[in-house]
Amino acid sequence: MDAAPDARRTAVAVRDLRLALPEGGDRAYAVDGVSFDLVAGEILCLVGESGSGKSMCAHALMGLLPKAVRPAGGTIRLGDLDLAAQDEAGWRDTRGRRIAMIFQEPMTALNPLMRIGDQMAEMFEAHGLLTPRARRARVLALAEEVGLPEPGRIVRAYPHQLSGGQRQRAMIAMALALEPAILVADEPTTALDVTTQAQILGLIRALQARRNMAVLFITHDFGVVAEIADRVMVLRHGRVVEAGTAAAVLGRPQAAYTKALLAAVPSMDPPPRTPPGGLKAVEVAGLEKTYVTGGGWWRKPRRVEAARDVAFALHRGETLGLVGESGSGKSSVARLVMRLIEPDRGTVRLGDTDLTRLRGEALRRARSRIQMVFQDPFASLNPRRKVGRIIADGPMAHGVAEAEAMARARRLVDLVGLDAGALDRFPHEFSGGQRQRIGIARALALEPEVLVADEAVSALDVSVQAQVLALLEDLKQRLGLSMLFITHDLRVAAQICDRIAVMRRGEIVELKSAAGLFADPEHPYTRALLDAVPGRPRRAA
Amino acid sequence: MSPAGPARRRGALAAFGRHPGAVAGSAILVAVVAAALLAPLLYPASPWRMVQRPFVPPFTLERVPLGTDALGRDIAAGLMHGASVSLVVGLVSTLAALVIGVPLGALAGYLGGRVDDALMRFTELFQTVPSFALAIVLVAILQPSLSSMILAIALVSWPPVTRLVRGEVLSLRSREYVQAAIVTGQTTFTILRREVLPNTLSPIVVLASLMVATAILLESSLSFLGLGDPNRMSWGFMVGAGRTVIRQAWWITAFPGVVILLTVLALNLIGEGLNDALNPRLARER
Amino acid sequence: MGLFIARRIGKGVVVLLAIVVLNFFLIRLAPGDPALVMAGEAGAADEVFVAQLREKFALDQPLPRQLASYVRNIVGLDLGYSVRQQMPVATLIGDRLPATLLLTGTAFLISLALGVLFGALAARRAGSLADTAITGVALLFYATPLFWVSLMAIIVFSVRLDWLPSFGFETVGAGYAGLARAADIAHHLVLPAMTLGLFFMAVYVRMTRASMLEVMGLDFVKTARAKGLAEGVIQRRHVLRNALLPVVTLAGLQAGTLVGGAVLTETVFAWPGIGRLMYEALLQRDYNLLLGVFVVSSGMVLVFNLVTDVVYRVVDPRIEAAR
Repeated sequence: MDAAPDARRTAVAVRDLRLALPEGGDRAYAVDGVSFDLVAGEILCLVGESGSGKSMCAHALMGLLPKAVRPAGGTIRLGDLDLAAQDEAGWRDTRGRRIAMIFQEPMTALNPLMRIGDQMAEMFEAHGLLTPRARRARVLALAEEVGLPEPGRIVRAYPHQLSGGQRQRAMIAMALALEPAILVADEPTTALDVTTQAQILGLIRALQARRNMAVLFITHDFGVVAEIADRVMVLRHGRVVEAGTAAAVLGRPQAAYTKALLAAVPSMDPPPRTPPGGLKAVEVAGLEKTYVTGGGWWRKPRRVEAARDVAFALHRGETLGLVGESGSGKSSVARLVMRLIEPDRGTVRLGDTDLTRLRGEALRRARSRIQMVFQDPFASLNPRRKVGRIIADGPMAHGVAEAEAMARARRLVDLVGLDAGALDRFPHEFSGGQRQRIGIARALALEPEVLVADEAVSALDVSVQAQVLALLEDLKQRLGLSMLFITHDLRVAAQICDRIAVMRRGEIVELKSAAGLFADPEHPYTRALLDAVPGRPRRAA
Repeated sequence: MSPAGPARRRGALAAFGRHPGAVAGSAILVAVVAAALLAPLLYPASPWRMVQRPFVPPFTLERVPLGTDALGRDIAAGLMHGASVSLVVGLVSTLAALVIGVPLGALAGYLGGRVDDALMRFTELFQTVPSFALAIVLVAILQPSLSSMILAIALVSWPPVTRLVRGEVLSLRSREYVQAAIVTGQTTFTILRREVLPNTLSPIVVLASLMVATAILLESSLSFLGLGDPNRMSWGFMVGAGRTVIRQAWWITAFPGVVILLTVLALNLIGEGLNDALNPRLARER
Repeated sequence: MGLFIARRIGKGVVVLLAIVVLNFFLIRLAPGDPALVMAGEAGAADEVFVAQLREKFALDQPLPRQLASYVRNIVGLDLGYSVRQQMPVATLIGDRLPATLLLTGTAFLISLALGVLFGALAARRAGSLADTAITGVALLFYATPLFWVSLMAIIVFSVRLDWLPSFGFETVGAGYAGLARAADIAHHLVLPAMTLGLFFMAVYVRMTRASMLEVMGLDFVKTARAKGLAEGVIQRRHVLRNALLPVVTLAGLQAGTLVGGAVLTETVFAWPGIGRLMYEALLQRDYNLLLGVFVVSSGMVLVFNLVTDVVYRVVDPRIEAAR
């Protein structure tokens, strides 16, 4: 661990923190013997995969642990105060005034029924500071400082009237209100789009420097770490694996686990590929889809354009990436291609078949040629069916005999790297990565020509993500598949795609080879998107 | 992420057994069912027959342990015979409401669009109408009988079923494993049977147990107003009959009321137990 | 907001029309000649009156024509004539409506206030003895037949304790006026309003408790804690306010049950409202009056729903965006 704390600059010193989990779990401690210092003017990043205990550390610092988690030792020194030993009244005084926190999901972290300004003013009210009038003035100044547009208007708005980025700015303004010495940020940009994320990271960095705050920044994303950290601490299963300066940990990792994690982060440089040309597996032309919601008597309907004149071709043996931010329409296009939703206009050709023309039985039969891997490994498997049945259901629906379908399922679980015992178990007995393998096996059971992967690795930890990506790549090569790969993550796209289409508001704004896109983005939006990816080497201006 | 697989299923029965209220409720319900079955054996004579002088207070004569009413009828016999009316009306009207409500809800949820819109407006209409008043009007117009009562109660209690089933189907339809079943080319019928319906079953079971309770309350209220089957002894009728003499003979109204209360309470407890056992997520929130 | 209310009133009118149509078919559900059914048992003997009815509702015309004329009459607030009571149905109902509004309104306010209060208390101390007691009593009230609890209340509070009058709207012949009369009516109101409110109180206790427990787990409550706010402020300002939204929705849905329950309460307590009128119509098989009360009580529910919708909109700023 770190050397003795530098008494002048250390804001908080955590020593041997231990947090007990309820009995009967898979481990006794959520956090086990973790020590660190938060130093004024520095950002410490706590990095780890899910279940590493990083978020628990953040909550312990605020005295906001879930009821089931119990402090079981260690000290949290703030000045001459041991936070770990103080009572609830003490915590109430500390929270907000000396340590403030921002959260992952800015929408749910704000009270939907209260105006933004009132929620900010509560910060002063909670500690009995200022008159109501003075509070309003400070709230305006804070809104201004965190770069909220039209502060006078926005403090009177309700959370749902703000964008995700604005909400997180409001949360930051709130946290800064009482000029706390310490800011705890728990995955504050994970729920945001990449361009918004870049802005918020910049804001936190700037404010931290201006106010000389100590920041504890929790994240799972090494790109974000590279962007923002002064010092880094890597956690695994509640224990510290490695700690040091950002340059040291990222540049010269010592622990094997850190090395593996860093190696699993996809690089922004696409490996050299030769995009296959020739025959088209899928051809999409003039695809249009507009969602109309609301409407009715005297009511104006809301229109969202999910696809505007979308056209592309997917060649045999190729992986085509569809990237964009939330609401860009990329998932809608995947579902249109799968005929899970009906297009307003346009065609999807599968080889020489026009999929959009098929109806009923003919459509059902044609479906075996194009299969899908879904995003959420927990929602995509029926909790009441055994894995073997889940995989065999598809072939059996297409007339394969049960014995043959089960034999195929057995071969497939082996192919995706699970053992044959998996067939007789239920989905909830598997981890996220394993479930995603089952989802892939289900898709392959119909021996499709085309695989559509919709954010198939987004819900996975980075090391698992790397394995599943490798599996997809390997299967594609071996089985001669073509793949439409939908993702919001440009790093992932860089690694797996031959060509990439960038989508915004239902339109493809740019489509070219992966190498070409990353080396020479033409459309301003593509450039903005690439620039926003955290932790990439800065492009020469 | 509630692990709701069949592995959990086996635990569901155990969870129900651990729920003290559910166990007590089940015991009461068993007693009521036993009373309905044993009534013809223990009290073979008609419960309408005068067996003693009127107004015998309870716990004074061994032959009529709960006393007699204003016409000298045995209250204990009335309670035993009344059990079957409450149970039959409660169960059959709930089944009928499910028969109306489940298909309408499934249709609205699965088809969506205009069909959904029209069906939901229709449901809203029935939900706006004061249900007890509609039940009164229906029974009065159809003439009081067991079947008109069942019909009336079924007609006023299906809307919550429709709304529940629609909501469940709607949310399941967009669930990824249902979409996966569509893209692997399974037929709509198979998808409904294999992927959608099994996962809507537990909320329907819970709702149904609560609906039986409400139906019994409605039945007793209608009987209280004199809209029950004139040939069948029922608890609500007994309360209604004792109403005018309540100052002299409290027991005539008190006992049937307590029995209704216990039966309805039992069904509610069972419903809560089922809910906790079948929907672990909700159980944690409670 | 004005536009919203106009919209909701428009929708309510359509629903009411649908109920009138439903009424029309209900009459035809009854066995026998609809004119005789409408006239009721007393009026059926009066051939002139039956003939008048036949002409007024176009009963010898084809069905659509009959429907049109029926709807036209009702829309013109002509609910027909009660032979038994020798008065127009609309007048009968108009006379009785204020008493019902007073009873249901009071019962509603009491049940909501107490229900939310006890529900919040139970949620605050979830798992404690107080919580168990409150949820237990609520469950008991939830299962108690309304007519029976009314009778038991009479036995206890009127017969044994002699605290409260057991029936009627006011002391007949006492000649009270002004405040004294109001106090007298309030005295008579206590038992019916309390017993009618018990069931709904139980409903609101359960809903408030469940809803508060759910809101307590939401992120913004953690944000409020992170500000260092006192627990009482968090509960009132952040938890309760959000938890009340589903309670308001439920209150709207329960309006129909409340109005229906008034039939039982008014019958037991001889409260001179439209619920008791319905019971009288029932005893006399006065179908025209019965259906008249049914339409008016449906209208009451619609007005009530309108009020809860407006309240919901005032409380929840998100609605505007969702529309």
